[in-house]
Amino acid sequence: MSSKTYQAGVKEYRKMYWTPDYVPLDTDLLAVFKVVAQAGVPREEAAAAVAAESSTGTWTTVWTDLLTDLEYYKGRAYRIEAVPGDANAFYAFIAYPIDLFEEGSVVNVLTSLVGNVFGFKAIRSLRLEDIRFPLAYVKTCGGPPNGIQLERDRLNKYGRSLLGCTIKPKLGLSAKNYGRAVYECLRGGLDFTKDDENINSQPFMRWQHRFEFVMEAVQKAEMETGERKGHYLNVTAPTPEEMYKRAEFAKSLGAPIIMHDFLTAGFTANTGLANWCRENGVLLHIHRAMHAVLDRNPMHGIHFRVLTKCLRLSGGDHLHSGTVVGKLEGDREATIGWIDLMREPFVPENRGRGIFFDQDWGAMPGVMPVASGGIHVWHMPALVSIFGDDSCLQFGGGTLGHPWGNAAGAHANRVALEACVEARNQGRPVEREGREILSEAAQHSPELKIAMETWKEIKFEFDTVDKLDAGPALRVVNA
Amino acid sequence: MSDVMAYKPTERRGETFSYLPAMTPDRLRRQITYLIAMNWNPAIEYTEPEKAQSSFWYLWKLPFFGEKSVDRILTELEACHRANPGCHVRLIGYDNYTQSQGTAFIVFRAGGR
Repeated sequence: MSSKTYQAGVKEYRKMYWTPDYVPLDTDLLAVFKVVAQAGVPREEAAAAVAAESSTGTWTTVWTDLLTDLEYYKGRAYRIEAVPGDANAFYAFIAYPIDLFEEGSVVNVLTSLVGNVFGFKAIRSLRLEDIRFPLAYVKTCGGPPNGIQLERDRLNKYGRSLLGCTIKPKLGLSAKNYGRAVYECLRGGLDFTKDDENINSQPFMRWQHRFEFVMEAVQKAEMETGERKGHYLNVTAPTPEEMYKRAEFAKSLGAPIIMHDFLTAGFTANTGLANWCRENGVLLHIHRAMHAVLDRNPMHGIHFRVLTKCLRLSGGDHLHSGTVVGKLEGDREATIGWIDLMREPFVPENRGRGIFFDQDWGAMPGVMPVASGGIHVWHMPALVSIFGDDSCLQFGGGTLGHPWGNAAGAHANRVALEACVEARNQGRPVEREGREILSEAAQHSPELKIAMETWKEIKFEFDTVDKLDAGPALRVVNA
Repeated sequence: MSDVMAYKPTERRGETFSYLPAMTPDRLRRQITYLIAMNWNPAIEYTEPEKAQSSFWYLWKLPFFGEKSVDRILTELEACHRANPGCHVRLIGYDNYTQSQGTAFIVFRAGGR
């Protein structure tokens, strides 16, 4: 280092941050960005600029650079790949040394990787497609406070998906009327009901009142059915202090599970709440309001698989994943990619599912994917096939919209689920024979029969806006 | 409202498959076949109904590690049921990879359904 001398001025980023010969270390944090550079900016320079601006660099040389070993601390753009079907965009792969990040802090990782660099002028658009968290970093994070295995053991539910329902209308019910809707769903056969995300503590229903009536409903349904039940009590609050107060009260009422919105409330609040849940033996359901603002534009923002990984590290036992078949966005292969990232111990690179890196989670517990939004009994065969048992299927309108009410709607969904699981276990192709399987089950369940008649014609066939860039690993431009 | 069917007073249930008609011998056989095909270890638990809420039911003998015969599992289920006619009897598939149960469902319900 002593051989270097200080020269003020602006250097090209690529002189320092474009290192095509670099072989990433097992301990490096790797990221891949989809980049569209401004006209006239070479790809190597744009990739190097992203590496620099998301790590040690700034726009000009500063003398204090020479007081440290920037060769050790800098991020490195080490590979560029073409984006299939898009001549303007390219993938930039960047390796960051692990010591750039505070241990156990997805907040710190995101502040670097999706910080100032996203407003950088030389870049027209930028999307963080994937991150490989090194196992050494994973081990510093708390992760899901309980995990899928513990949730099953606590709730005594094996060999099938869990069933839930978001209580509607999402706003405006009184606490007792709300508790009524919960009770009907749970006594009819659901495992969970859920606060809608925008239910916090509004004038029409303050949180204490909701918690009290809901827990009475949960406990009565448990007593009557002999099955364990829960309701995701939303503790998302204006301040962390208030959030913890609500969590403590939920625990004091015996609630097995609470709920949090990790993006609107922020990762600091979420990680703290996950730690609280781990210490207090309470399950944590995570909603994802605001995700589509970040992840829906295919050219700019943060892909949902990155948000998924960050949530698994920050902590949550459930996370909404999309349904593939319902009313909300979500390509099938891409969705399978991120539900694997939620619950598997190791996920290999698979470009066909949009996964750019191997990801080793070590012994970190899994997050249960939650399929919710515009689904009903006719979707059950596809949901059982796509999501498997370690998932929570949530039918909101598909329960509450049943012509005979919530309990009958819940019952219909439970019969449909168990019929599909039984058929799958018998080796039947559940998606292809879905109609027959449901029709057979409906012979013993008038609740299911009328549900099938009610929702027969509903389909959701809009194309997805954010498609996978497709294809296996393509040409390596700098190779 | 005349076409709305009233939902009955809540019935006691028993988790997976308890919303389907009681298992016939053929259906039961096929679920056991699946459990074996998944390489899970079969085990049988039973309890008096009033204690069914606990995580821990009585374990019948020991789990049948490595058992691949549907008939032998059926024989054990029936033996447990004969010895404890007033009890719920359930079949479990222990999954030692997830350290969880791949499946668990009640085969004999005290007092029928």
